Amino acid sequence: MSDVVEKTLTALPSLLSLDSQPGAAKLSSTSKLGSFIRGITELTSKHEEEKLIQQELAAIKDQASSPNTSMRQMKELMVRAIYCEMLGYEASFCYIHAIKLAQQGTALEKRVGYLSVALFLNESHELLLLLVNTVLKDLQSTNLIEVCMALTIVSQLFPKDMIPAILPLVEEKLTHPKEIIRRKAVLALYKFYLTAPNQVQHIHNKFRKALCDKDPGVMTASLHIYLQMIKENPEGYKDLTGSFVTILKQVVAGKLPMDYNYHSVPAPWLQIQLLRILSLLGKSDQRTSEIMYEVLDESLRRAEMNHNITYAILYECVKCVYTIHPKAELLEKAAKCIGNFVLSPKINLKYIGLKALTYVVQQDPKLALQHQMTIIECLDHSDLIIKRETLELLFRITNAQNVTVIVEKMLDFLRTCQDDYTTIDLVGKVAEVAEKYAPNDNKWFIDTMNTMFSLSGDLMQPDIPNNFLKLLSEGLDSMEGDTELRRFAVDSYVSLLHGEPGNLPQCFLQVISWVLGEYSHLRTDLEPATVLKLLAKLLSLKHSSSETKSWVLMAMTKVCESEAGMDVLQGICETYCSSMDTVLRQRAQELQNLSLHAELKAKVLPQDVSMEPLEVDSSLSFLDEFVSEALAAGAAPYKSHHQRQEEFVQEKVLSLEPYSMSLPIDMSSCSIADRQSPTLPSMSSGLSGDSTDKAGATTLKLERVKRVWGREGYLAQREPAEEPAPVEAPSPVHPVEPVGEISVSQDQTLPTTVAGKLEKQQLASSLFVGLGSQTSVSLMGKSEQTPQRFRRKAKGQVSSSEVSKQTPNSVIAPPDSVDNLLCSILLDSNTDPETSLPTPKQNGIVPLEGDQSENDVKTLKTSLTMNNGQMAADSAQTEEPVTTKDICFASFLPADCIGATHSEITPLCSSQSVDLFACHVHKEQCLVLVVFIFNSSSTCVQRLLVQLDSEEVEVSCICESPVEEVKSHGVEVCHYSLTVKRPSVHLVVSGQVSFLMPTGTPHTAKFSYKLPLISFIRPLALSTEEYGTMWLAFSHDTKQNLTLITGLQDPLRATLNVLERKLHIHVVEIIGTEGIVACQLLQDQPCLMHCRVHAGTLAVWLRSPVPELPDCLLYHCQRALQEH
Amino acid sequence: MQFMLLFSRQGKLRLQKWYVPLSDKEKKKITRELVQTILARKPKMCSFLEWRDLKIVYKRYASLYFCCAIESQDNELITLEVIHRYVELLDKYFGSVCELDIIFNFEKAYFILDEFLLGGETQETSKKNVLKAIEQGDLLQENIDSQMRMFAGWRDPTECPGGNRIDIIHPPQATPPSVLLCAANFTTYSHNRFFFSILT
Repeated sequence: MSDVVEKTLTALPSLLSLDSQPGAAKLSSTSKLGSFIRGITELTSKHEEEKLIQQELAAIKDQASSPNTSMRQMKELMVRAIYCEMLGYEASFCYIHAIKLAQQGTALEKRVGYLSVALFLNESHELLLLLVNTVLKDLQSTNLIEVCMALTIVSQLFPKDMIPAILPLVEEKLTHPKEIIRRKAVLALYKFYLTAPNQVQHIHNKFRKALCDKDPGVMTASLHIYLQMIKENPEGYKDLTGSFVTILKQVVAGKLPMDYNYHSVPAPWLQIQLLRILSLLGKSDQRTSEIMYEVLDESLRRAEMNHNITYAILYECVKCVYTIHPKAELLEKAAKCIGNFVLSPKINLKYIGLKALTYVVQQDPKLALQHQMTIIECLDHSDLIIKRETLELLFRITNAQNVTVIVEKMLDFLRTCQDDYTTIDLVGKVAEVAEKYAPNDNKWFIDTMNTMFSLSGDLMQPDIPNNFLKLLSEGLDSMEGDTELRRFAVDSYVSLLHGEPGNLPQCFLQVISWVLGEYSHLRTDLEPATVLKLLAKLLSLKHSSSETKSWVLMAMTKVCESEAGMDVLQGICETYCSSMDTVLRQRAQELQNLSLHAELKAKVLPQDVSMEPLEVDSSLSFLDEFVSEALAAGAAPYKSHHQRQEEFVQEKVLSLEPYSMSLPIDMSSCSIADRQSPTLPSMSSGLSGDSTDKAGATTLKLERVKRVWGREGYLAQREPAEEPAPVEAPSPVHPVEPVGEISVSQDQTLPTTVAGKLEKQQLASSLFVGLGSQTSVSLMGKSEQTPQRFRRKAKGQVSSSEVSKQTPNSVIAPPDSVDNLLCSILLDSNTDPETSLPTPKQNGIVPLEGDQSENDVKTLKTSLTMNNGQMAADSAQTEEPVTTKDICFASFLPADCIGATHSEITPLCSSQSVDLFACHVHKEQCLVLVVFIFNSSSTCVQRLLVQLDSEEVEVSCICESPVEEVKSHGVEVCHYSLTVKRPSVHLVVSGQVSFLMPTGTPHTAKFSYKLPLISFIRPLALSTEEYGTMWLAFSHDTKQNLTLITGLQDPLRATLNVLERKLHIHVVEIIGTEGIVACQLLQDQPCLMHCRVHAGTLAVWLRSPVPELPDCLLYHCQRALQEH
Repeated sequence: MQFMLLFSRQGKLRLQKWYVPLSDKEKKKITRELVQTILARKPKMCSFLEWRDLKIVYKRYASLYFCCAIESQDNELITLEVIHRYVELLDKYFGSVCELDIIFNFEKAYFILDEFLLGGETQETSKKNVLKAIEQGDLLQENIDSQMRMFAGWRDPTECPGGNRIDIIHPPQATPPSVLLCAANFTTYSHNRFFFSILT
């Protein structure tokens, strides 16, 4: 009712204006925009354009700020402002009007309002907070268009910390009768999942419902969420493989409505999405892969029409086939597809072919051999992107025999390349392969590195020069080889410096000066004075940065030895001792002093020890004295950054209301800092190549960290270089030629002439040498056999792209029969997307105490499908015995546990008539896990040993295993005290029981036991003052809104009582609408909670010194309140 | 998808949609660089580009370039088809679309884009469904427009044919209240009708 009045009132001005001039408003403003646009297109100079637009902006500003402007006119103004912004002129004064328009306009004005908000603002803009109420209102509107608009804006941008405010409304829309609303709601939740994954944790089972939606659009939308979730955790969704396969089958068979066809291909977007999901699920998992072979085969077969869209599907299929557990038949077909792509005359397809080839070549180097002539042609393609992709491919097949040719090609490309990103990437790759596969030739290596350094300019990852220096200093296997290499480097640099060093990039100059400083003494015929002169030359270069200069000064300090060159040094010292740059001044001082005292210098800078590890006192304990003196002198004690910020905020605002609009931005951002979603799409994500990921290493690492090689050893078999080129090589007659000649001839290639062809074949044979023909499908993971010249001792972390290509080590244990059965039942019921599946998908929660509901038991049953790898403790198979056993086992509880509450006794595992049961007992100071071993056979079991292990929980044994003997129908008890190492929502203890049967045969069985975090939570008795001081000291926090429990009494008190009862927390104090609560995680890890009733919800703010604790506890709070 | 740009052969931006939060300065820089790079490419060249750590997929339709940025592991070919489907949608909506349609009705082009791609992901790939959603929005606009215009001259609310004659609101004391009342009724009326049309 009041809504209508409001709407009417806002419509009034526009109506009045219409009244006088029917339809004129629309026309005139359209023509206003029209004439403005026309005016701009007619202009000739940039200057005129700017003038006109500034005029226009001034007019818009004027009109927008006038109180008489109707929403209708505002709509027109916004459209004009959008246009100005598109042309690159800022119209930030409009932002607030756009929000107002979305808020106050009628439906059609709202539409423009929301559009301009989406175009003007980005996610982090503070004005977005003003939109929250509008969105809330529109989500509740009865007008579908308004709901649609609200959902559209929410899926594009919404302030992260405001998500809880609208989440219930969006969730509700998942069951809306209109598919368009459901679809948009799913996408909004996808957006929430990306920005704040833990906020939508509790609705995962609703996603399943969306997946089973009868509308294909809603189902497709839900796949975005699944793709993301499966990317993060493929293990958790294996049970859905069957459903995805069924959906894909139906799509491929054309069962969807005709609307979804695109150029007579059924729902290609959906197909591609499904193929992506399948490849993630089937990756190194044979059993899951087997489910999808058939449908992949079908997809490959069906997609044969000659249209781009089928190629897109084929490409995705090929990628999938090569990602999942291999099947020869499919691989063959996929390989054929790749061949078609590569050979296609269409350049886009050729590119895709090369990309696919790059993707698969590590598994199947033979394919590269088949297409070697095409690859050679692509190397000289006029389009740089094709060239670039070819180099990427070559990089993947580099080995010790073809490295010289490939590096030469890469350097050629670098010479012409102008794009910084490509340069950085490629330089990293050159450095990598050069170091990894360098032939036994110092000259080649040093020359290559020199070329690379001079070509790259200063665009390279800082770890490349560092690694190079490390390689020189740490040395290789033999002393002689090292010295040889170093001498060679010195020679090469000396001659470089004799030339024109002015063009060399800074980092190369730094490398040069370090090497000269460190190793020039190896060349006995080189006078230190000469070196000093050369280095002095670097100092005088105009473009030398002060960093380079300090490297040079360091080098000089190392080199200066005798009287020789003293005059040069003297001058330099004088110049730099008065430098404005403090670092340079210090270096110059060092140089001056050390050059005068040879003894001291020998001590400070001994020769040839750069490989000795340095000891670094990271605790800065040597400063203790200084600190205590300063404190004694009245200095303020050090406060951490967080603490300082906290105090700053405290000074500024008195109320700590978590969700108020008046909240200063810095505070809200600090509170959500640890919630940064790792999945947020960013411009910098997914960098290709190894080198680009190592940004962390900016300094020389002196300690020897154990690191692993990135791409080591993907080609196991290596043929000797002399061996004729493999079968597919077109001319085995031409032997491998020396590198130099080939690269020279390559420069003048003419594809049409015979000579050109011959050259290409020669190039091919030198490029593809070493790619043995006896390759098998899975060569991955085998180690390199050829001895490498420059095997670095360690290497930076494996890049992300690498990880995605490696086989994860996770092994899926064969499921036992019960799991399998249940699993297949669930899959069967899942297979039909038409039937909605209300499977509660919660990772089985072990019910605690006696107060769990029916619902929990159901959860127990279904949870089995989640962890079908191991037999879970909460399996449903023996629900019946549980109750009976509970009674009899309870009497076996250790004496000190009697009286304390204990959980239900659940079966752990059984093997050969030995049954294991367990429960946990809540004691004040610890949590005790009690394992009951029951021998149900009629014979004795001997040497029984129970071992527990967990990443998250620390297990200490109270009573010692092994138990020597368990009599027939006897029960033995082991108990363990548990404390949390790393909090998570559920903590899993896995273990193994082994014993000897009377016949002497050993048996083992594995089990796992899941504990909810709340079993480790104990109340923490605090006073309000203590609470206050602790609150400030903790750095990890989380905020969220929870539902209030409404009852007879005060809702806050009622809610806190429920939490107190269920989570064992201590309510410190309740003042008005606020309450403070404290608890601790065993042992002694406090967590504080601040609650406040706000707009019908309970705004909770948790803090703890333990990073994961607030999040986990919040989850349990949520659950406890839901269950209530 | 990270962003989508439409620009003319002269390098004038016609549409921009960003799915990743970037500052205005960055957006301008990216746009300038990409427009330059793409315009410099020859027609026979590959439709894909490597740019920074992203893949750019572009296609030219008459005088307009459509350009999308995706992550490097994404499927370039399907992105080309995303562009094509968008062009098809524009074509169907405007009726053989040309650059001028997009210049003068860019907000419509944005509406269509938002129904097709949402937050960088394809929302609805059925052409019929996308256009239906757009038309419903437009219908609302036209209904209100035409009816407001039609009844702008009416003085007596009881004479409105088809209007909701039950007074939901009591007219304010100020005169003339009739216009106000009529409009209110019609707004509700058209909403209701709209509701109905969606349900069927």
